[in-house]
Amino acid sequence: MTMLDERPSEEANPELERKAERAESWRGFFTALPTYLYLVVFFVLPLIIITVISFAERSRTGKPVLGEWTLDWWIKLGDPLVRSVVFRSVWLAFLNTLLSLLLGYPFAYWIATRKSALMRNFLLVLVLIPFWSNFLVRTYAWRTLLDSNGLVTKVGEMTGLWGKMLFTEPAVFLGLLYGYLPFMVLPLYAAIEHLDWNLVEAARDLYADARKAFIKVTLPLSKPGIIAGSILVFIPSLGAYVTPDLLGGSKTTLLGNYIVTQFKSGRNWPFGAALSVTILAIMMVATIIYFRKGGKTL
Amino acid sequence: MRRLLILLAVVAMLAAACSSSDGESSDTTAAGGDEGTTTTAAAPADSELQAKINACTVGETDGDLNLYNWTEYIPYGSEAEDYGVTDLVAKFEEETGVKIVQTFYEDNETMLSQIEAGGAPYDLIVPSDYMVSTMADPEVGLLMKINTDAVPNLKNLDPKFTNLPFDPTGEFSVPYQAGTSGLGYSFEALDAAGVDYESGISWGLIFDPDMSAPFAGKISMLNDERETLGAALKYLGYSVNTTSQAELDEATAILKDANSRIAAYDSAAFDDLLMSGETVIAHGWNGGFLGSFDQASTDDYDAYEFFGYQVPVEGGIIWVDLMAIPVTAEHPCTALTFINFILDAENGGDLTNYTYYMSPNLAAYEYIDPDILDDPMVFPTEETMAKLEFIADVGDFSLEYSDAFAAAKG
Repeated sequence: MTMLDERPSEEANPELERKAERAESWRGFFTALPTYLYLVVFFVLPLIIITVISFAERSRTGKPVLGEWTLDWWIKLGDPLVRSVVFRSVWLAFLNTLLSLLLGYPFAYWIATRKSALMRNFLLVLVLIPFWSNFLVRTYAWRTLLDSNGLVTKVGEMTGLWGKMLFTEPAVFLGLLYGYLPFMVLPLYAAIEHLDWNLVEAARDLYADARKAFIKVTLPLSKPGIIAGSILVFIPSLGAYVTPDLLGGSKTTLLGNYIVTQFKSGRNWPFGAALSVTILAIMMVATIIYFRKGGKTL
Repeated sequence: MRRLLILLAVVAMLAAACSSSDGESSDTTAAGGDEGTTTTAAAPADSELQAKINACTVGETDGDLNLYNWTEYIPYGSEAEDYGVTDLVAKFEEETGVKIVQTFYEDNETMLSQIEAGGAPYDLIVPSDYMVSTMADPEVGLLMKINTDAVPNLKNLDPKFTNLPFDPTGEFSVPYQAGTSGLGYSFEALDAAGVDYESGISWGLIFDPDMSAPFAGKISMLNDERETLGAALKYLGYSVNTTSQAELDEATAILKDANSRIAAYDSAAFDDLLMSGETVIAHGWNGGFLGSFDQASTDDYDAYEFFGYQVPVEGGIIWVDLMAIPVTAEHPCTALTFINFILDAENGGDLTNYTYYMSPNLAAYEYIDPDILDDPMVFPTEETMAKLEFIADVGDFSLEYSDAFAAAKG
């Protein structure tokens, strides 16, 4: 909206100007209406609904009883069990984000610095190709690769570097890293590609060595990409559900699985709702912190 | 500012639209199920439906049957041909002149939500044991009473499957198929560890640290709190339906200890993991193992020579799925006729020849393939039967079970 502030100043008539402004603002509103509606119907309303449900008593079948209210489910969030589940999930998501960043940055940097545009596009397509097939199918494929007779296991055994990874924590990390790495690479690529290389050159002219130029110039300038990528990886990792189940053998309880349990065999929708609101709150807080730290340059 | 106001107005309108339809329907359903949510508020309609059911006569049909069933649970189409059994859907349609419209579900909870939301007019459902007690609970009231006069074939039922703990009077449900959960295992691995399995196996293969040490990292258990904690409870000599916190804590502790030896909790692929050698001991349902053993066997390879399944000597869990008429039924007489059809001796035989599950239909035995009938994996011995327990609905204590399972996994 701030973009619209610049207006031709030769219009002296304030009355006319206000009218034009109002018309413009209405136009803007109607243009954005589908998006507003979309957000209200598919985001705001469901959010309100699950928040309301989280304060309801549960019926014998686990459904919320609207009209009878309780704070029990929010108090239950303080249980040591729930706290450990939340802590474990946040830690896993954080580690995965860090790993993705460490792996994704050099990757994105390398792609973005290829001279030929054709080559860059080709490499980007390679990053995107996995999205052409379903995530669940790809996770099952990993299961085959990682099991006792799997290719990855055989290679590990031959080189003596690793053993069978299926149903271990490294397998979960591998699965998450594989699944969400593109979300890290793409924003990083966009940020690095748009970088003004003259600034790096200037740093080198001022006797900064390659390392210093990278840390003082390239890295800060690609910060928006780091932030966007980290958010895009952190959020789905926090709710990860399929990967820990299929590759980790559901050996540990994570937030995503814990919430599903509440809606199914646990028969406690209100508590599931409270957990869902909590996960959303954690994501919001994480996003806000990231934005604060990185300014508004997204 | 104005935009914000308009936005708020839109939200308010939508919210109002939602809440008004909510108010009209009932107070037990979640917001969002906007129409046709008639659960507890529908008492008059219920009694009308009950009257309709009570007036049904033997063989009467009142429209097409909307059957809401588990997947691959009734032989029809090319599947029936593959198994060489009668297409029961076609046979019913031919005998009665009405059609069967099939819809499928994969877990009880999904089915429960569907019936509770009341969106679709299902005439017949096939819930499992504990789900029957939940749905028949007067507070929940999702099941109608069966008109036994319209189902003369009830006489074919095995007495073992009448007066079941979750429906003592049998007025809400009629058994469909049954099975057990226990341990599938690889002969090779047990031989190598010197475990004698001929005369029975113990849950200690999972829960006893010494006995299970040779199989560490090669064990899978069901990802199901009642089944898996139930196994631990059985090992300790307690009931799988205990509501004693102390007993549950004890079971949680031994499961937590076994956690380091368990490779995975898997309810979907436990049989595949065993067959592929990923695990050597697998907690699972008999039907799952049998299906896989059969599929893997060829002319040159007999999976039964390498793998076995037993209910451990401490006992295990028996489950039964039952036919019931939900409150959503629109053609209850057809539903009753279908129940009677399934309880027919010949049809019951075809059903088990297809599903490889235990039949609650005693008269059907003469039509069941003798190989299946004599297989203790399908039809447990009297001795085993005596040690099996149904999973019962434990009310609010179920919350303790799901938390205990999450805690045991860590």
